[in-house]
Amino acid sequence: MSVLRAGIVGAAIALWVAAAPAAWAETIKIGALLAVTGPSSFLGGPEARTLEMMVEQINAAGGITGKKVELLLRDTAGNPEKAISLGKQLLEEDKVLAVVGPSSSGETMAIKKLFEDNATPLISCAAAEVIVNPLASWVFKTPQNDSSAAIKIFEEMKRQGIARIAVLVDNSGFGKAGREQLQKIAPEHGITIVAAEVYDAKATDLSAVVAKIKANAEVQGVINWSVVPAQSIVVKNIRQAGWQVPIFQSHGFGNIKYAEAAGVAAEGVIFPGGHILMAAQLPDGHPQKSLLLKYIADYEGRYKETASAFGGYAYDALTILRRAIEIGGTDKAKIRSAIEGLRDLPGTSGIFNFSPTDHNGLGLDAFAMMTVKDGKFVPYQGK
Amino acid sequence: MSAKEFVFLPVMAAVVLVQLFTAASDSAYYLTQLTMAAYYSLLIVGLCVLMGYAGQISLGHAGFFAIGGYLSAGLTTRDLLPWAESPVVRSLDALGCLNHGQDLYGAQLLTVAPWAAAAAAVLAAALVALALGVPVLKLKGHYLAMATLGFGIIVYRLVLASEYFGEADGISGVPGFPLLPGLTVSGDSAGRVANYYVAWMVLLVAVLLLRHLIDSRPGRALRAIHGSPEAADAMGVDVARYKLKVFVLSAVYAALAGVLMTHYNGGIGPSEAGVMKSVRWVAIVAVGGMAHLWGALTMGVLLNFLSLRGVFGSYDDAVFALILIAIMLYAPGGIFSLLPDGRWRERLASLARRGKSGEAAP
Amino acid sequence: MTSELFLQYLVAGITYGSIYTVVAIGFNIIYNTTGIINFSQGEFVMLGGMVAITLHNFMALPLAILLAVLITMAVGAAIEMLFIRRLRSPSVLRMIIVTIGVSILIREVALHLWGSGVRSLPYFIGNEITTIKLGPVFVSPQVLWVVGTCLVMVVLLLLFFQATSLGREMRACAANRVAAVLCGIETRNMVTLSFVLSAGIGALAGAVVSPITYSQYDNGTGLAIKGFTVAILGGLGNSLGAVAGGLLLGVVEAFSVSVVPLAFQDAVAIAVLLLILFVRPHGLFGSGATAAMKEF
Repeated sequence: MSVLRAGIVGAAIALWVAAAPAAWAETIKIGALLAVTGPSSFLGGPEARTLEMMVEQINAAGGITGKKVELLLRDTAGNPEKAISLGKQLLEEDKVLAVVGPSSSGETMAIKKLFEDNATPLISCAAAEVIVNPLASWVFKTPQNDSSAAIKIFEEMKRQGIARIAVLVDNSGFGKAGREQLQKIAPEHGITIVAAEVYDAKATDLSAVVAKIKANAEVQGVINWSVVPAQSIVVKNIRQAGWQVPIFQSHGFGNIKYAEAAGVAAEGVIFPGGHILMAAQLPDGHPQKSLLLKYIADYEGRYKETASAFGGYAYDALTILRRAIEIGGTDKAKIRSAIEGLRDLPGTSGIFNFSPTDHNGLGLDAFAMMTVKDGKFVPYQGK
Repeated sequence: MSAKEFVFLPVMAAVVLVQLFTAASDSAYYLTQLTMAAYYSLLIVGLCVLMGYAGQISLGHAGFFAIGGYLSAGLTTRDLLPWAESPVVRSLDALGCLNHGQDLYGAQLLTVAPWAAAAAAVLAAALVALALGVPVLKLKGHYLAMATLGFGIIVYRLVLASEYFGEADGISGVPGFPLLPGLTVSGDSAGRVANYYVAWMVLLVAVLLLRHLIDSRPGRALRAIHGSPEAADAMGVDVARYKLKVFVLSAVYAALAGVLMTHYNGGIGPSEAGVMKSVRWVAIVAVGGMAHLWGALTMGVLLNFLSLRGVFGSYDDAVFALILIAIMLYAPGGIFSLLPDGRWRERLASLARRGKSGEAAP
Repeated sequence: MTSELFLQYLVAGITYGSIYTVVAIGFNIIYNTTGIINFSQGEFVMLGGMVAITLHNFMALPLAILLAVLITMAVGAAIEMLFIRRLRSPSVLRMIIVTIGVSILIREVALHLWGSGVRSLPYFIGNEITTIKLGPVFVSPQVLWVVGTCLVMVVLLLLFFQATSLGREMRACAANRVAAVLCGIETRNMVTLSFVLSAGIGALAGAVVSPITYSQYDNGTGLAIKGFTVAILGGLGNSLGAVAGGLLLGVVEAFSVSVVPLAFQDAVAIAVLLLILFVRPHGLFGSGATAAMKEF
């Protein structure tokens, strides 16, 4: 009995020793400001889980250039004031090397100046273009540009001969940024927005506003630009009103849960999606394919939930940091210039090509038009 | 100096000691959250007097905070250059209410000066409170709770839906608030110590004013109201008028807190206006003790400090709820009712006596 | 506005109104027995939906809903016995704060139990695009389910509170607790019963509206605020008032879309409520006399 127990203890110690390289020469502190709880938790939750998983993997593989990564994950609950408070804490008290996050554009804008003043790299997981344009020297972002998504949608609309549209967006920062890009770019593509409405992220039913837009005989197509679950309600209400208008969604639809929530109403919805949604269908040898398949398998295996584009934003942020630290070491300024010099770096959202003037590094090719068929995301083949 | 004012000296000493301690231990970063917590506590002490002494609940005080914060943020960041030729803007400029400056990226800006914006914001909150207070304070019980909750929701919806207030993103890039030459309310780490003292000065002066209000004749009337409005009425006290006064004053405190916090943080977002924030403020007052100004102040500082430092992580709300329930169940008069005001000395003395008599007895 | 659009708005308004009404009725039951508003009522609605969705993975829909209602009732009883009953010298304000605390607690537990994703029950009849054409307007059959449930609930509750002795005893507790005790009514059990009843009604509401609104760990708060608004609008404790208040609020919301941007819908609806309160301080159908007995 005691022999058995000793054996178990011995095996456990052996495992522990084997799992953790005995002594780390140094640690690298990376902060994360994510909305793990609160109204943006559908973004911050997957992002936080992705980071925790990745840091474990990185450390198990010997850390970054032999240094252990220490993740200081802080929950902002989606509040800018908490992002400011916790951001200052990470910078001044914990003296982190760089920070991943926040999850929303409002929080990112609130701490942009803080990171400029403290000369520390911030890699945001929020999509709004205003984060990197106008350019701030220490602030980067990983989600694709809204303008790219808008262009993709407008190009498809032109192909279908749609010229007059209604735009519905949610009242999150994602919806706001999307509406601004759509309004800016539409004229360049000969498209007129004849109706625009903003719905609440916690809306329970939207049949009234759908009725209003449906009554507008000019509307040939609807863009429903949102990142919140309520976007599925719009899709349902449009079809329940017996309205067969073409529906376009944004990259914020890139979570299969949203398609499932809308059920059969989601069939035929067209949207620009990242390659993460069609990893299995990518041609072999596509630079993103293997990393996407591995990320999806790891994430889904560990957390028993579908991997979405959202967690991928954090994956990309840490991947970028990791590569930049490998190049620039643990000097903040060198890391910053290393990020600006990154080329052809495959991530989950696309292939990153940063430059001193482009702090997003993704182009139009990061998106592929997709649709929903039989409750699954599939590449859109045209009408 | 009355006995109640006497407590100021120890509190002021504590404020200074905390700063000296952080300076000595090279941990000045604690002052950041202590400053923010002091601003939130400014709202909380105002709400405490409204709830505890005037007996009125408000589930919409975050709305007043937001009016203060958002108006001063909007006025000090939104560019007036396109309207530079309009008579209103020109006369404001002539009065020295406007600032000519540059934004983060070097573009020309014409904005309202922080002091003028702050005055406008606080005044706006006072007027809203006055206009709202007259009909709302006639309501009773749950109807009053609903009306104040409704007011909070309206403010939240307006800031969330208005382009001027930045919708979901809120307003960022708010400049510092120059109080005196060389003294600016802003989040720059260079001015951290000065800002800490500014915040605590404001808070303590605010408490001092409230203390006077409570101890003055109108204040005694206030306590009478809480007990029995009818009796106060019979004594010839104009109940409605006092209620309104306290309501407006607490709104002004909340708005001032919003103004200062917004300049300190360099921005404000819709989460500051949310219903959950209002609920949180009411809860902190309840935990500190509804008719217990120092209790509310202490809990306001403590709980906000811990929450802002992310001590509870993802369980922030859950911990909060547990504290709330525990206090309501086991110390309904607030956490400090466990040590009743002024009587703790007697208790200690009696304990000591019992201890001594215990020794003497077999 | 074409008559077709008018009718479509009306249907949307009735949909919103009946969702809010079923939540408001739950508020009224506890209010009628205890004179307090239970701010965790929205969490009962959320729980009803979430539990039914989880159970539906293992069993048929009607059974899942029934079980979800029973489980939520047990939660309601537990809350009353664990928290409400233990309040020493309960004032209304303290009760409100405790129920707010309980509501936050349930929400956090739900977050850690189910995660932050959205789920929903399947449509009871048809699917997401099934629609019934009534003349020029389209109605989802689920809307009829919600309206029907709402009507049945109101009628049953009216009968219960007016015609059964148990119901009358419950009302007596709120009207005058001391007198009720003197009449031999076990007031404590009545309070527990009211929590059980309103939890069950909230859960049923949560299950019926889930296909339309979806269920999520934090859905309860928004619904509770709307339900509370409706209960106040109709006059606290008045079930028929809640129906009228619900329909009024729903219709105002639906038609407001035609004049102001949707983003301001809530602000408009609440502003209308405030105006009504200023004119009628006890809601549309509330009485000043009974409200005065339940002050803070």
